[in-house]
Amino acid sequence: MIPGTFDYHAPKTMDEALTLLHTVDGAKVLAGGQSLIPAMRFRLAAPQTLVDIRHLKELAYVEERGDALAIGALTREFQLEQSPIVARSYPLLLDTAHVIADPIVRNLATVGGNLAHADPANDHPATMLAYGAQLVARKKGATRTIAIDDFFVGLFESSLATGEILVEIRIPKPPPGSGGAYLKIERKVGDYAVAAVAVQLQVSGDVIKSVRLGLTNVNPVPARAKAAEAALVGKTAAPDVLEAAGRAAAAECDPSADLRGQVDYKRDMVRVLTKRAVRRAFERAKGATS
Amino acid sequence: MTTQLDDRKEHHSAKPAGVSAQVPTTDHVRVTTPDKVCGMGHRMKRKEDPRFIQGKGRYIDDVKLPHMVYMDIVRSPYAHAKILKIDASAALATPGVLAVITGEDLKKAGNLHWMPTIMSDTQMVLPIEKVVYYAQEVCVVIATERYIAADAIEKVVVDYEPLAAVVDPFEALKDEVIVRDDKAKKTNHIWHWESGDPAATDKAFASAATVVEQDIYLPRIHVSSIETCGMVANYDKARGHMQIYMTSQAPHAHRTVFALVSGLPEQMIQIISPDIGGGFGGKVPVYPGYVCCAVASLVLGRPVKWIEDRSENLQADSFARDYHMNAKLAADKNGKIVALKVKTISDCGAADAAANPSKFPAGLYSICTGSYDMKAAHVAVDGVYTTKPPGGVAYRCSFRVTEAVHMIERMADILAHQLGEDPADFRLKNFIRPDQFPYKSPTGWEYDSGNYEGALRKAMEMIDYRALRKEQLERRARGQLMGIGISSFTEVVGAGPSKDYDILGIKMFDSAEIRIHPTGKAMARFGTKSQGQGHETTYAQIVAEELGLPAADVQVEEGDTDTAPYGLGTYASRSTPTAGAAAAMAARKIKAKAKKIAAYLLEVGEDDLQWNVDRFEVKGSPEKKKTIQEIAFAAYTNHPQGMEAGLEATDYYDPPNLTFPFGSYICVVDIDTGTGEVKIRRFVAVDDCGNIINPLIVEGQIQGGLTMGLAPAMFEEIVYDENGQNLTGTFADYLLPTAVESPKWELGKTVTPSPHHPIGAKGVGESPTVGAPPAIANAVVDALWHLGVRHIDIPITPQKVWRLLRAHGVTE
Amino acid sequence: MSRHTITVTINGEATTQEVEARTLLVHFLRENVGLTGTHIGCDTSSCGACTVNLDGRPVKSCTVFAVQADGAKVGTVEGLAAGGKLHPLQEGFWEKHGLQCGYCTPGMLMTAQGLLRNNPSPTEDQIRHGISGNLCRCTGYNKIVEAIQFAADKLRTEGTDA
Repeated sequence: MIPGTFDYHAPKTMDEALTLLHTVDGAKVLAGGQSLIPAMRFRLAAPQTLVDIRHLKELAYVEERGDALAIGALTREFQLEQSPIVARSYPLLLDTAHVIADPIVRNLATVGGNLAHADPANDHPATMLAYGAQLVARKKGATRTIAIDDFFVGLFESSLATGEILVEIRIPKPPPGSGGAYLKIERKVGDYAVAAVAVQLQVSGDVIKSVRLGLTNVNPVPARAKAAEAALVGKTAAPDVLEAAGRAAAAECDPSADLRGQVDYKRDMVRVLTKRAVRRAFERAKGATS
Repeated sequence: MTTQLDDRKEHHSAKPAGVSAQVPTTDHVRVTTPDKVCGMGHRMKRKEDPRFIQGKGRYIDDVKLPHMVYMDIVRSPYAHAKILKIDASAALATPGVLAVITGEDLKKAGNLHWMPTIMSDTQMVLPIEKVVYYAQEVCVVIATERYIAADAIEKVVVDYEPLAAVVDPFEALKDEVIVRDDKAKKTNHIWHWESGDPAATDKAFASAATVVEQDIYLPRIHVSSIETCGMVANYDKARGHMQIYMTSQAPHAHRTVFALVSGLPEQMIQIISPDIGGGFGGKVPVYPGYVCCAVASLVLGRPVKWIEDRSENLQADSFARDYHMNAKLAADKNGKIVALKVKTISDCGAADAAANPSKFPAGLYSICTGSYDMKAAHVAVDGVYTTKPPGGVAYRCSFRVTEAVHMIERMADILAHQLGEDPADFRLKNFIRPDQFPYKSPTGWEYDSGNYEGALRKAMEMIDYRALRKEQLERRARGQLMGIGISSFTEVVGAGPSKDYDILGIKMFDSAEIRIHPTGKAMARFGTKSQGQGHETTYAQIVAEELGLPAADVQVEEGDTDTAPYGLGTYASRSTPTAGAAAAMAARKIKAKAKKIAAYLLEVGEDDLQWNVDRFEVKGSPEKKKTIQEIAFAAYTNHPQGMEAGLEATDYYDPPNLTFPFGSYICVVDIDTGTGEVKIRRFVAVDDCGNIINPLIVEGQIQGGLTMGLAPAMFEEIVYDENGQNLTGTFADYLLPTAVESPKWELGKTVTPSPHHPIGAKGVGESPTVGAPPAIANAVVDALWHLGVRHIDIPITPQKVWRLLRAHGVTE
Repeated sequence: MSRHTITVTINGEATTQEVEARTLLVHFLRENVGLTGTHIGCDTSSCGACTVNLDGRPVKSCTVFAVQADGAKVGTVEGLAAGGKLHPLQEGFWEKHGLQCGYCTPGMLMTAQGLLRNNPSPTEDQIRHGISGNLCRCTGYNKIVEAIQFAADKLRTEGTDA
């Protein structure tokens, strides 16, 4: 209920923040705090120093830049929900933002935090995998871009180095004929997913030209469903195709049994959600509203 | 605006049970007073709301006293373990830590390390030899600040030797792992209790045409009021006075228990229940934390505050349910129920501490023949110890009536389906008829009044039941799973008559003390304690009804044992049946005195007077009148010689019987064959709580109770692993429905007054929590019956439904 | 540094106090400032009883450190009634019996204020989703929804923002 003691800094500039992260042992970034603070209250996480980046307002934006959607890491989830650009062209992202935690938590929770935490139960990892996003990270003296496929390396482990902070997420602008959807089963609003599937695809006529599928909370590390993708490429969204893709996704994931469900149930939810999410993404690609 | 007021007849005076009471049913809320008086039946805005909507409520954690310090608790990580050593040295060395109290300390202070439970068992306050449940209180730390206390409990080092846990009561009955080795008899079997006639029941079964049998388990759940429990104990050494602020639903009973346990003289103990953020039964038991907090204040001579956090509340506080029921229901060749036989294991946890009336270890469970007329029944319950927290009736259950109703409504549905009969028609055929009241049930209950057919038909009409059955068949043909579930429950509340009911020996009357001031305003104090039920409004409306004093002029108080008359508190929907009755009876005593004063002032005989809403008038010359306000003034300024001044009365009401609210609920569900998710499409609830005091508040009670019925039906369950560790110890995993999961409840009503209650009211708070879960369970099973599914235990999760669907060949 | 001096403007009034870095905003409001209208109901950010307005948006104050509110504007339930007049939401909760024990009510009011500022004409479904971060055990939510609808109607009629 009450966290342990820690040192706290609220740097006013990016340079200050990076210097702190570089020089202070055990310094951890505090962004929205909606995952970190609960863990600290249970003393499951006990960082010695928090670096609060809330003053780095330049890190909160949602803008189209060339052929990518650029999202600042400090963008709050509600800002995704309110963005006309996201509503117009990134339905997978909008679907996802709507089901992260609850609406009050979304006023503080950040996109960057949701990814950097590398929690397989979080929603954005699957969605960014489906988008093939690029992540931009900075540390003192260096900036680099990380492909999303290389970002999640272990349970609660991202490929961010010590002293490195996520600053931007870039989603390639979907080409014409694209559609996406995120479907999540949760025991109640605000819960983590029993299972969720993120789909981003492009069609040509009735054929799925390309597709990426991300899965939520059914692997120890956020992962794509590559066998399911392979079962869909070049095919139409016919029932037998969707069923094959669903079965492939169910087989290639690795859910754990817990209070949200037994392994067989979770796998079957992946199968069902894969079919439904692909069908919805397909319909959106063909121009159906919602 | 009411234009037509009903006649104000005193329909009911306290009649002894047994008097013929065929009571007509209406759907009419009786209003006999104009808006400015606002008596019964008015949708009065609540008088207590202004402070709550402005954030000015005074809850336990808002209480701040000078020099107050904070207590926190070290809790056991094991369900069953010997305590080898407690090392508090690092905690005590922390700046700001004032004291650590262990079981040894309590023992030295006068054997305070054990306390009696409401069921006359014993429970550890703090352990010395061993712990018997996960999260059990092991020792307490007191510090100058809340945050320091939280740090300090992390520094206490306890050496445990883990022992085997026993979480399954059937395993416990093998007596291989003894929970209570402090007892002379080394067994986990606590008590055996029976009701009904076993011989007659067996005979009826032997000749029955159809018998259905089902095991039904109601798992542990936790009441989870949004405010947890807490106390501020303030011992003034100079005065020898203990003032206790406490989240208590029964402050007087708690005061007496504290006096008996501590030896402090009862007149020097004051318990104040401030505003309480929800009780539902969870704030009736005496938890070890309370005792430790009071002892800490005694020892330190300064105020000590203890506020449990949510994890502690969920993991260690009193639970509800945990009933393993095996039921058999028998019918004759015409599908008429003839008998019921139930065997039940009550998993009590590590002490028998359920807050039942003392002669009722299984509460009012034997109400389980329900709304059905049958000749014989036999109910047997065995209480068992396990290494889990003690308790049993803390969740809006009317003392085990949730369990009873869940069982009989599931069984009625199983029998109806087995016979191929429509579940509504089956119930209509088997209901106790209005002319059978007062109805003597085969387990000895005398139901005061009821009209079960009326409530069910009303619900059927509201939901267009026959059309839904047609739709169900059409959908089934298309492979769509739709279910309709009915629950026609009889509740039993208002504990209770002194001949049968007591809490630790204290009879379960309740009380009202009404005093009218010279300027015609009134103070009314009660022995009950609202935790959101709206007593400041409803009791005022009863007084307004009886005396014509505007409800706005009646100030209602509860909760301070120094000023309130003795009562047994608010739980099990007892307040309206007991204290509400006391309010009416006290008001009538006042009216009797008022009549004498009026006669004196008007210079007529009492027989020449008639009462009209708020005044006595001379019969035949109504312009000669005295209002209650004028009479009140005269009571202090111009009363007859020889009469005492003042206008007040107290009543301690001993109810002649319990009251029997009832209702019929119908639930419609659609099941997603891919995911197993159950969507409640519609839920109609028709309730009958007798005469209604405030329809707005009654609606609120019903809607809230329905959501607290939905929650165990589909979401809530306390889960333990095989080592007795609580896996659902936070709201992240102990799931409460939000406004999204909770349906738009549709309410209807019938009104069948109680013949023995002074205002004909019955109580309503728990009916919906009792009636809703079986309606939902019945709907889901109804949707799946044709596949071969017979039963599903709650909570009905999508995974459970999915597993049944797949097992029966249904998939997407 | 684990102790900090912070200045927070609460319901329009600035206050400067020293806190530990770990002091939760809800404790700062309740204990340091003495505004006990904001309540604590859980420890996992699930119940929303602690909801306050932080720089224009409702947040769960049990999941914010007070130091994160340094220089910020906070609105609590005590600040809803302007100039002694109840806010339409407070009126709505009273009219429609949107509360029973009152413990979740401050959080519900602050969430509802945020909801109506963002969306002055919400559908019932939007209201239910809007308050899905706030738990109530007493009411069953129906009358809370009606209370918010009452307030939305009143605000629209008056032409004011929530």
